[in-house]
Amino acid sequence: MKPLFNKRGWSVLAACVLVAVLLPLLHLALPPGHPLHVSGYAMGLVGKFMCYALAALALDLVWGYTGILSLGHGVFFALGAYAHGMYLMRAIGRDGSYGSLLPDFMVFLDWKDYPWYWAFTDHFWYCMLLVVLVPGLLAFVFGWFAFRSRIKGVYFSIITQAMTYAFMLLFFRNDTGFGGNNGFTDFKRILGHAITAPATRVALYLTTLALLVGALLLCRWIVGSRLGRVLQGVRDAESRLMFIGYDPLAFKLFVWTLSAVLCAIAGALYVPQVGIINPSEMSPANSIEMVVWVAIGGRGTLVGPIVGAFAVNGLKSWFTAAFPDLWLFALGLLFILVTLFLRKGIVGTLPDLKRLLPGRAGGKPAPGAKEETA
Amino acid sequence: MRRMLTYFFAALTLCWATLAQAAIAPALLQPLAGDDPDARIDAVARIAASGSPDARKLLQALLDEELMATPAGQLLIVHDGQAVDAATGQAVALPDGADGVVVNNRLRGAAEAALSGLALLAPARAQRLAAAQALQARDLDPAQAPLLRQALARETDADIQGILRQLVATADLQSSDPARRTAAVTALADSGTPALRPQLQAILARNPDGTYIETDAALRTAAATTLAAIERRATRNDIVANLFYGVSLGSVLLLAALGLAITFGLMGIINMAHGELLMIGAYTTYVVQSLFRHYLPGALDWYLAAALPAGFVVAFAVGVLLERSVIRWLYGRPLETLLATWGISLVLMQAVRTVFGAQNVEVANPAWMSGGVTVLGSLVLPYNRIAIIAFAVLVVGAVWLVLNRTRLGLFVRAVMQNRRMADCVGVPTGRIDMLTFGLGSGIAGLGGVALSQLGNVGPDLGQSYIVDSFMVVVLGGVGQLAGTVIGALGLGEINKFLEPLAGAVMAKICILVVIIIFIQRRPQGLFALKGRSVE
Repeated sequence: MKPLFNKRGWSVLAACVLVAVLLPLLHLALPPGHPLHVSGYAMGLVGKFMCYALAALALDLVWGYTGILSLGHGVFFALGAYAHGMYLMRAIGRDGSYGSLLPDFMVFLDWKDYPWYWAFTDHFWYCMLLVVLVPGLLAFVFGWFAFRSRIKGVYFSIITQAMTYAFMLLFFRNDTGFGGNNGFTDFKRILGHAITAPATRVALYLTTLALLVGALLLCRWIVGSRLGRVLQGVRDAESRLMFIGYDPLAFKLFVWTLSAVLCAIAGALYVPQVGIINPSEMSPANSIEMVVWVAIGGRGTLVGPIVGAFAVNGLKSWFTAAFPDLWLFALGLLFILVTLFLRKGIVGTLPDLKRLLPGRAGGKPAPGAKEETA
Repeated sequence: MRRMLTYFFAALTLCWATLAQAAIAPALLQPLAGDDPDARIDAVARIAASGSPDARKLLQALLDEELMATPAGQLLIVHDGQAVDAATGQAVALPDGADGVVVNNRLRGAAEAALSGLALLAPARAQRLAAAQALQARDLDPAQAPLLRQALARETDADIQGILRQLVATADLQSSDPARRTAAVTALADSGTPALRPQLQAILARNPDGTYIETDAALRTAAATTLAAIERRATRNDIVANLFYGVSLGSVLLLAALGLAITFGLMGIINMAHGELLMIGAYTTYVVQSLFRHYLPGALDWYLAAALPAGFVVAFAVGVLLERSVIRWLYGRPLETLLATWGISLVLMQAVRTVFGAQNVEVANPAWMSGGVTVLGSLVLPYNRIAIIAFAVLVVGAVWLVLNRTRLGLFVRAVMQNRRMADCVGVPTGRIDMLTFGLGSGIAGLGGVALSQLGNVGPDLGQSYIVDSFMVVVLGGVGQLAGTVIGALGLGEINKFLEPLAGAVMAKICILVVIIIFIQRRPQGLFALKGRSVE
């Protein structure tokens, strides 16, 4: 079996992980004011980006390697987040503004008891099961119907968008029982620890890091295996694959469901770190933004989406603070320029760049690469 | 000569007698000066029932608080310091100790109702019709029945007679005479409104032991028949209303989706900026309206006539610009087109936000669009909805003509069916691409002008239509104009018939689910082109 990364790849990965682990240590060990102290805000930001990176990684698995463009991954992300949010809401206990065991929004709606689907959600591990099962089941059923009738390409993208739109409308309703417009917020504790305590936040951060690295290795292993080859066959020539005798349904369904579950895990990690989840996470625009992370980082590279998620969100954080009015212009132009001139994304273009460097006899640069230096 | 004088005096006496009769009997007036609230309200109704001009004067005086009472119980109308005896109509000196008649809200309401009843006897038809319709709109006071009957007897106009008959019957429902009630209930079978349901149901109510509260069997039978007739009519009106609003929503969807049917349906471009082209059309309308308001305030009602071509031209220009600068580099890469056009939509939205502000702008309906036509008695179909339906029909007709009866349309179809062959026979495919995309964008602009007449115009206008538009095109079958029309109308109808059952949001969710399932069954849409291609 081929190694997951070459030597250089492993060392880059190890260096990145080392830096990522160092951040919370600097946050905890050094007093505020020390030049090397990492603020809680900065650590939270990196934690959030890692959640986005995990979602982008999941999306790359289906789009980059199997050619299925989902414009509805936001729904899996949000469902995972809501599933974890249910536990966090119940963990508030009687500390809500009404002093009731019910969450504030239910008291507000004059509900006397939890609806049936909130049963057992006071158990952390049951909710973790929901995080995996609910989006997984949704993806499985949706994918089974869609792939069975061989919906692909643009049609698939459009119906995934319709799906996330429908879910957004559903979750916006107060009667759905998930807090309507406001969603879940004001969490107090997780597994008995105060959610805003530095130690809890560091633990959440490290969990996210571990899961992100684990997911990267898992995806790397999958795409390198024979299964991964079939997936790329689906992407490049599905009809030919079928003529050879493969049934793409099972392969597509597997990778689609796995991707949804990874995305849901990203959502579940996102909620306690950001402290809020509401239906706007399911808006079609959010899902498309995820696609842009992948496109900018480089689809079909696995590392690219992670780079893309960090790059775009870093840019967004800076832009929305410095020039709030210009962010949408910047994002829009990024969409256009990347699709026109940077077809392979940042990571995909690196090898082309190397060939351009003097001293290495390079062939002609790839057509998409010529603007990269600008 | 002597005889003539006798006649003259006789006539004069007769006149006086009529006049004296026309004034109000003191017995009727007496309670007004008193303290008993029920007696006062009863008096107002009975004065109104006399129907005389003096009664109107008196009630008006009561409302204007110009009515005074002496301690002896004499009522005086005091206007500009001149006192007139209400009973005789003769001017008198204002006696000492006269005090204003206190008018509380209940008495005021009764007097207003009575006055509007009196307007039923006015000479002008329009005034009588307005009075009758005003009475129809409010809760009817049974004490007005005599007045209504009197008005009905005098009425010559058929429309007003119809309304009055219904009003009389409604008032008679609470009469104490069983025969009159039965007659009223029977009469209402043809004209009763759903508002009467509780009263009729009360007639049919039972005691806890199963016996009827109402003992008159004939009345009960009549009430049951009338109730059934009213229910039938209400159901029919609901269905007609749903059909109409369904067609209306369908034509809105159609106008929103028609441009996309060309850019996505014919050209295969996933144009996520389609919603923003709608928005551009709507904002063009706003700009044209502002220009008219500024330079041609007299012709403000006709600003739409200028907004339509302007909306088309602006959106056409933006579309051509987009095609030349971005989209033409992405032909054959549909998923990338999707991302790039989404980027374009973000830029356009933010640009509009920067120029016009993030708030919604105000686009007013022209005056001729307000109001509506009443059908089936009580159903109002607003003119702006009717105008949108007519406009949708026109636009679809125009698009069909352009695609099927012009040289451009021929080229468009040729390029879409077989680009290389078209190229070989000399069709300038690049230019046709540009013009087709421009046409689709221009039609989106027209749709935007129409949408500006129905809803809010803001930077997010396009976002709310983009998913719907794609659903319509995909449902109808890509590349099929007829499919788009039927898809839009079908979605509109289903939506309006689901709404009362499930609520607006759930109806929308149901439809999305139905479409997702439908696409699983027929990935090619309602009207699939048959072919041998595997993909």
